[in-house]
Amino acid sequence: MSESWINIGNFDEVPKQGARVVETAFGDIAIFRTKDDEVFAVRDKCPHKGGPLSQGIVSGKRVSCPLHDWKIQLDSGLAVAPDEGCVATFQVKVVDGEILLLLNTEALQATA
Amino acid sequence: MAEKLVLIGNGMAGVRTLEELLKIAPDDYQISVFGEEPYGNYNRIMLSPVLAGDKSIDEIMLNDDDWYQEHDITLHKGKKITEIDRVNRKVIAADGTTENYDRLLLATGSRPFVIPVPGHDLPGVISFRDIHDVDNMIEASHDYKQAVVIGGGLLGLEAANGLMLQGMQVTVVHLMDSLMERQLDTAAASMLKETLQERGLQFQMGTQTEAILGDDRVQKVRFKDGTEIPADLVVMAVGIRPNIELAQQAGIHCERGIIVNDTMQTFDPRIYAVGECVQHRSLSYGLVAPLFEMAKVCANHIAKMGIGLYQGSVTSTKLKVTGIDLFSAGDFIGDENSEELIFQDAARNVYRKLVVNDNKITGTVMYGDTIDGSWYFDLMRDKTDITDFRENILFGQAHLGDSGHGDDNRVVMMADTAEICGCNGVCKGEIIKAITEKKLFTLDEVRAHTKASNSCGSCTGLVESLLAHTVGGDYSVAPHLKPMCSCTDHSHDQVREAIRVHSLKSISAVMDSLEWKTDGCSKCRPALNYYLLCQWPDEMTDDSQSRFINERAHANIQKDATYSVIPRMWGGITNPTELRKIADVADKYKVKTVHVTGGQRIALYGLKKEQLPAIWGDLNEAGLVSGHAYGKALRTVKTCVGREWCRFGTQDSTKLGIELEKMTWGSWTPHKFKMAVSGCPRNCAEATIKDFGVVCVDSGYELHVGGNGGIKVRATDLLCSVKNEAEVMEHTAAFMQIYREEAHYMERTAPWIERVGLTYIKEKLLGDPDKRKQAAERFLFSQQFAQEDPWEARAKGAQAHEFAPLKIIA
Repeated sequence: MSESWINIGNFDEVPKQGARVVETAFGDIAIFRTKDDEVFAVRDKCPHKGGPLSQGIVSGKRVSCPLHDWKIQLDSGLAVAPDEGCVATFQVKVVDGEILLLLNTEALQATA
Repeated sequence: MAEKLVLIGNGMAGVRTLEELLKIAPDDYQISVFGEEPYGNYNRIMLSPVLAGDKSIDEIMLNDDDWYQEHDITLHKGKKITEIDRVNRKVIAADGTTENYDRLLLATGSRPFVIPVPGHDLPGVISFRDIHDVDNMIEASHDYKQAVVIGGGLLGLEAANGLMLQGMQVTVVHLMDSLMERQLDTAAASMLKETLQERGLQFQMGTQTEAILGDDRVQKVRFKDGTEIPADLVVMAVGIRPNIELAQQAGIHCERGIIVNDTMQTFDPRIYAVGECVQHRSLSYGLVAPLFEMAKVCANHIAKMGIGLYQGSVTSTKLKVTGIDLFSAGDFIGDENSEELIFQDAARNVYRKLVVNDNKITGTVMYGDTIDGSWYFDLMRDKTDITDFRENILFGQAHLGDSGHGDDNRVVMMADTAEICGCNGVCKGEIIKAITEKKLFTLDEVRAHTKASNSCGSCTGLVESLLAHTVGGDYSVAPHLKPMCSCTDHSHDQVREAIRVHSLKSISAVMDSLEWKTDGCSKCRPALNYYLLCQWPDEMTDDSQSRFINERAHANIQKDATYSVIPRMWGGITNPTELRKIADVADKYKVKTVHVTGGQRIALYGLKKEQLPAIWGDLNEAGLVSGHAYGKALRTVKTCVGREWCRFGTQDSTKLGIELEKMTWGSWTPHKFKMAVSGCPRNCAEATIKDFGVVCVDSGYELHVGGNGGIKVRATDLLCSVKNEAEVMEHTAAFMQIYREEAHYMERTAPWIERVGLTYIKEKLLGDPDKRKQAAERFLFSQQFAQEDPWEARAKGAQAHEFAPLKIIA
């Protein structure tokens, strides 16, 4: 199993209450930064109709999908009730100002 | 350690307060509940349908035992609290159970008033209040034949109807000469009486009960005039009395009800009270909507977010008798200063009366067809000036010039498969199923669960009527001042005023100052950003993270996450250089679709976000700039060729269109804003369905406002006629500025004008030429900071992070 922490860029490159995209061979991952400077990584694909979550408005630990305004919880990947659905989440951490993303090729492939 | 909250009274008001509290502060309290009845919380309003056999008890349960468990609430079912010990802060039940409290919530409700005539305590004499009473009535209907209901009010008639459906012969005895005199005028009351008589009810009007006679069970009822009628069952339904004894014993100040302040606190600040047991500003309420409003405020305060105030409710009534539509609200009788507008069609059994004071609705009674009840009710609560549509108001909202839903508004007749929400494809059956299965009460809940009315909102009226018909009429009532969103209790107008008065100049300043409950959401943040930009054009820095993606990326996101690019074509005029450039760009970037828009432009579809800055740079080379087709902003100024070419043209509509677009482009507005200039009254540019339309005539220019071609087509209202182009420009700028300053975010000019009234807009724009000039100047001042092509800046590298991936991993 190939699992490794990958440096995906500097923390400052992600805007507060915003997101950036990491492109992989198995689809995009959205990297979010909240108002409190927490960082989250989720699959950039809304469980509803596949909207790019990275393009949504970030409030608290939630993002609103730009297509139909579903709210997705960034820590769990769960849609906020009463909507039902789930998006894959990825481990991410900030070390010395650099964002590290834990990627597992098999898992990534499975959720693509 | 969590504080202890004890609720006395396991009914709708109390439990609703707990639900509201759990939403905002789920961990703050350890909660226990005492209820006298051996059930969970059920919907008392729906007892009539249970009696009538339309529903079962299970169907009206709101919170079952699992709900209490799930939320870690201790439920003491069937335990009556007999004492509140305020010194030691504990409550004591009849069986000796005690609970300590840090805060106590009283929701003891009310009980039916029993007239103390001789025989009132005989077996077979009951009231209509809880499940136990309903069981009694249903049981009696099996063994007995003759029922007498004392009281011809709402509850009495519902009980009478139910008993009749259970097979009994029912006589309604009423003290007054007119049924439901607190909700209906005599005309509507007599129509109601006639209908009920046709169904088989009998009435004794203007009759006072003297005694109830019988040996071991009721046998007869005797009246003041000496007459008697046989009775095996007597239901007393003459009114309710708040249950205040417990509070009184504990020394809490009571009058008719338990006195509370605007945060629902009693005389003892640790003790709150909500629901029918309460007396607030000298009024007590027995309807659900006020109870829910109280619950919300009370929960806020218990959660120590003391921002909401309960300021009383305006209520409406609907009778829950299948097949009888009846609606009443406000002061429906009127006085010597009020006028009455009446519509009566005896053959169709339809009656509508509006009581109007100073051109504002102060009350309404409707019988037979009540679909417009919620509309009249809104107009009444919002104190809308009805001058502008008074001549059509009795025919209902469908006749107000919009050709949207029209007669489709009659939801009750619609099939279950009929589509209610066209945006999200939700049909009537789905909505009713969600309302009954998920126990939904409010429009917001229906929106959240079904998505109906959650997009364009044009079916809101339909959904509200469905809600009213499914769960009873007084549920869907929204608070008088609608909060911007669930993040705050403040309305749009209150927020704008605070921004202005307190010189708030950032989103966080607004949220701090007005005690926002969250750090915002996708509804309020874009609104706040707009309000701030509008108020402080020269000082405010745009918060791009609070903008919807289209405005942040200056392109329209499409369903596959690609974008469209639509350059501006001033007044709909283009030339070979621009067209050649667009063709080159379409080739170079392999554009999938090239489309001519309704606003006289060319749109390129299917572009990747990373490509946008380069495409914009290429388009800029030919002078093509952003068309703001993605924004709540000035969109297009559509024109015809006018006098220059057309044999009918009266003025140079094309040139005027270009000038208008040059003046107004780049301005942010509450919603999209479209304009058009037609060269003659044939109106080829369709100016009369635009937010602002100019129709050229031989003598000058007609200015039209408030049209749109969208969900509900609305033709414009004529604002005025002017003589020259300079006047057109000034009126346009002034109108846009007033709209920018006063409309709510996401409110187009059409609903805005219907909300505030054309008379108001005319007064603002035409009343004082100096004020108009000042408004136009404010617009032009703001434009100094707005007219910068966002595409050019981004083509040159601005906001580069927006358009590039953070990293590409192979």
